[in-house]
Amino acid sequence: VNDLSTFAGPSIDWLSISPVLALLAGALLLLLVGSLTGEWPKYWYSLTAVVTSIVAIGLSIGLWIDVSNDGAKLLIGGSLTLDHFALLGSIAVYAAVLMVSLISSDYLSRHDSESPEIYALYLTAAIGAVVMMSSNDLIVLFLGLETLSLSLYLLAASNRQQTASQEAGLKYFILGGFASAFFLYGVALTYGVTGTTRLIDLNTALTSYISVPRNDAILLIGIGMILVGFAFKVSLAPFQMWTPDVYQGAPTPVTAFMASVGKVAALVSLMRVFVVAFPSRSDDWGVVVLALSALTLVVGSVVAIVQTNIKRMLAYSSISHAGFILVGLEAASHRDSANASDGLVAVGVYVVLYAALVVGTFGVVTVVARDSSDSANSLDAFKGLAKNQPVLGLVMTVFLLAQAGMPLTSGFVAKFGVIQSAVAVGSYQLAVIAMVCAVIAAFVYLRIMVSMWLADGASTERVAVPTLSRVAIGLAVAFTLLIGFLPSLILDLTANLAQLATQ
Amino acid sequence: VIAASSEVLSFPILSALVVLPLVGSIVVALLGKSRPEWVKLGALVSSVTTGALSLWLLGAFKSGEAGFQFVSQHVWISQWGISWHLGVDGISLFLVVLTGILFPLVIVGIDPHHNETSYFAWMLLLQAGVMGSFLALDLFLFFVMFEIVLVPMYFLIGGWGYDQRVYAATKFFLYTMAGSAFMLVGIIATVALAQRDLGVITFDVVKIAEGASFSTNAARWLFVSFAIAFAVKVPLFPFHTWLPDAHTQAPTGGSVILAGVLLKMGTYGFLRFGVYLFPQAAMWARPVLFTLAVIGIIYGAIAATMQRDLKRLVAYSSVAHLGFIVLGTFALSSQAVTGAVIQMVNHGVSTGALFLLVGMIYERRHTREIAELRGIQHVAPIFAGVFTVVMLSSVGLPGLNGFVGEFLILIGSFEAARWWTVVATVGVVLAALYLLWAYQRVFHGEPDEANSSFKEINAKEGMLMAVFVAIILVTGIYPKPMLERIEPSVNSFIEHVEGRTK
Repeated sequence: VNDLSTFAGPSIDWLSISPVLALLAGALLLLLVGSLTGEWPKYWYSLTAVVTSIVAIGLSIGLWIDVSNDGAKLLIGGSLTLDHFALLGSIAVYAAVLMVSLISSDYLSRHDSESPEIYALYLTAAIGAVVMMSSNDLIVLFLGLETLSLSLYLLAASNRQQTASQEAGLKYFILGGFASAFFLYGVALTYGVTGTTRLIDLNTALTSYISVPRNDAILLIGIGMILVGFAFKVSLAPFQMWTPDVYQGAPTPVTAFMASVGKVAALVSLMRVFVVAFPSRSDDWGVVVLALSALTLVVGSVVAIVQTNIKRMLAYSSISHAGFILVGLEAASHRDSANASDGLVAVGVYVVLYAALVVGTFGVVTVVARDSSDSANSLDAFKGLAKNQPVLGLVMTVFLLAQAGMPLTSGFVAKFGVIQSAVAVGSYQLAVIAMVCAVIAAFVYLRIMVSMWLADGASTERVAVPTLSRVAIGLAVAFTLLIGFLPSLILDLTANLAQLATQ
Repeated sequence: VIAASSEVLSFPILSALVVLPLVGSIVVALLGKSRPEWVKLGALVSSVTTGALSLWLLGAFKSGEAGFQFVSQHVWISQWGISWHLGVDGISLFLVVLTGILFPLVIVGIDPHHNETSYFAWMLLLQAGVMGSFLALDLFLFFVMFEIVLVPMYFLIGGWGYDQRVYAATKFFLYTMAGSAFMLVGIIATVALAQRDLGVITFDVVKIAEGASFSTNAARWLFVSFAIAFAVKVPLFPFHTWLPDAHTQAPTGGSVILAGVLLKMGTYGFLRFGVYLFPQAAMWARPVLFTLAVIGIIYGAIAATMQRDLKRLVAYSSVAHLGFIVLGTFALSSQAVTGAVIQMVNHGVSTGALFLLVGMIYERRHTREIAELRGIQHVAPIFAGVFTVVMLSSVGLPGLNGFVGEFLILIGSFEAARWWTVVATVGVVLAALYLLWAYQRVFHGEPDEANSSFKEINAKEGMLMAVFVAIILVTGIYPKPMLERIEPSVNSFIEHVEGRTK
């Protein structure tokens, strides 16, 4: 047994992890104080989460400026990173927590089930997401992944009155556990070959390693399993089966949360792992990513067409978006090209813009579809919406056009960046496939628009748009249009995104 | 330097042409709730001012100059080398003017019957997009405008059209978007490849066309990616199937705009972007485009002859007419391209007017079936007279505007595409056949009971049609001022193409 007195723990730069600490404090406050006191006045639970995320955003902006001045660095003995890529993803997550909390408040009070746990789970999920995105170590990444996933399982099943929600939670839990197992096994195999789980050390080991065929096979299987683990989480075809069911069954604000926070976290860390740890094997995984991307795009956009439930439609649309984002990873796999890092930047921009977009879209769905039942979420529920409430209809139209990638919306900026990165490295085929699938996907958004604006017959009754939801949806639509008209705002910020922390 | 700075200081008329309708659209949308009675007035003020500005532009345009005039350029997205870059030359001038005057005419002349606010807001947004497409000299800006036009047109067809409107609107949207999906990849690839020659990333179409050289293979692929988008928009056979549906189902105002200016975005795009950027590839693709154009001419004419619905007949005649324009565009001789540019405007005027007249017939009779109509000439002689003039302009009768364009196209194309031109000439005869036959069935004979109460053209309609007839006659009898403004730009364009293809 070693003498513990000689063991020196890693130095911890508390300030650099302060946003996560703020979330933790918020979560503890909600759970501890919330369980000890009686029911808080209306909005207070939600506003606690909102204030927490605003604090986290403020701290992250401070860190962002630090990184701009002093450069990226590693934290806590090299297990976490502090760079613009991680911070951008984190800010997107905090912003999503903020908006989803606003929407949830109205949703939960409508169902008379306002409680602190939901918001605490949003915050813990966000902690997991941030750890995942900034981890420089596969084990730490796994910790973040599980923190995020466990919170999401609970959130998906959080509507205790509806069996669909229970089913969604269980399904998500089983398949998510399955995916985690894949991921962990992949980590074990790569560790077996290289002797490390640190992303940067993995690259060093793999580039200096004199390849032995037998071990190389094990390595590739390991990388493949890590990819499969991610593919489940990001819902890439053919690992997307759970997504429509879970998105449909979960309470709508939770769906918004999964589609934004879950996707952002998984995609950002997927990028980091493959770009930082496995660039030396990019010829091998690049092809797989290309196939996954093309398949996901096709499945997501084609299957969406036959759906009648709006949440399922949007679930498939989120799948096709994931395929689009993967085009950026494919671009980043062309290591020999001078423009390979464009892919990373494009993905960073895409996930941020998409997060705001998807929260806004599901925000409108939350307001219009009053509960999670199938009838409330059918396309018919949107019939005549725009005729009764032109403003709400117009806002939803902006979101849908942005999802379709229409110019002058943030969705176009996102797609443009990804396509540009693909073209810059010569992946013309994938760029064309992605654009054609975007057209197929547009049909789905048009169907929703037809229902809102053009459908004849009985029009729905007016839906009330509560104040907090109004704020959240307003923020999302303002962001969508602002970035659409002035993409320079986000492009300026993300100029140094590709400078990942390595030391 | 002094000249350049005075350009900057002077009134940015081109930006105003794009921004004014956009602002008008927003104002109209906001007025809708509080002051619904002001909506039409707002739409009128906006569109008439835009029209007046476009006429002022026509007057201030220096004839005899080939280059771009009134250029306005501001950095938009510096990271990607994208700027708000507008300019007008002889090729785009008359399309801009057409856009400027067609919209106020449609807004004055046609009532939407329901939901005025949205109708006018979409109309004005559409005008902003179309103006932007004709003025943009930046590939990104052009794409944005080209694509954004879909949204208002989609809502106009879907919201105010006839029975199958949702189907037609969706088909229109998806077809065009599919075409532009290829173009977007093409634009990005063009810029990425041009960056190697130019050293900087820029979407400036003039800089790329003058400064970049593409390998034969790359240029061909890029040309094809642009050509798909424009072929859908024109539409060229076999991408035309959305057009008859969209035209038939669209409200009259939508049809007029669609035929008048929207389709021209395709033919104009071929010239300004496809051929200008990739002259060699355009030469290479010429036989295919000639063939498709001529198939369009003949097929459109035959299909038009077969139609029972008057509006569908006019829609198919569009397919045929646009075939002529594409033929002229790719003949790449000075006469043929000048003819194509003139014909773009002519087709907008005469087919726009035909759609208006068909719309008036529908207003009166609530049917467009040719078999239901008979003997209108007896009860509404002035209406029949106007229809005759417009129809003959569409047929291409000498002395009217259609003749000038078609004649120039046919002479100009004869050398480059002899046999195609010979076949296309048959199309001229067929055009006379289907239009005169339709006229005969609708206007001749004894009116039956339903048609005997057909109302004569009223004062408002008369004034509206007078504008169209005036343009038809003036262009037909005295096309010289128009030619003087178009030819220098076309000649320099042809020089550019010839310089690159030697």
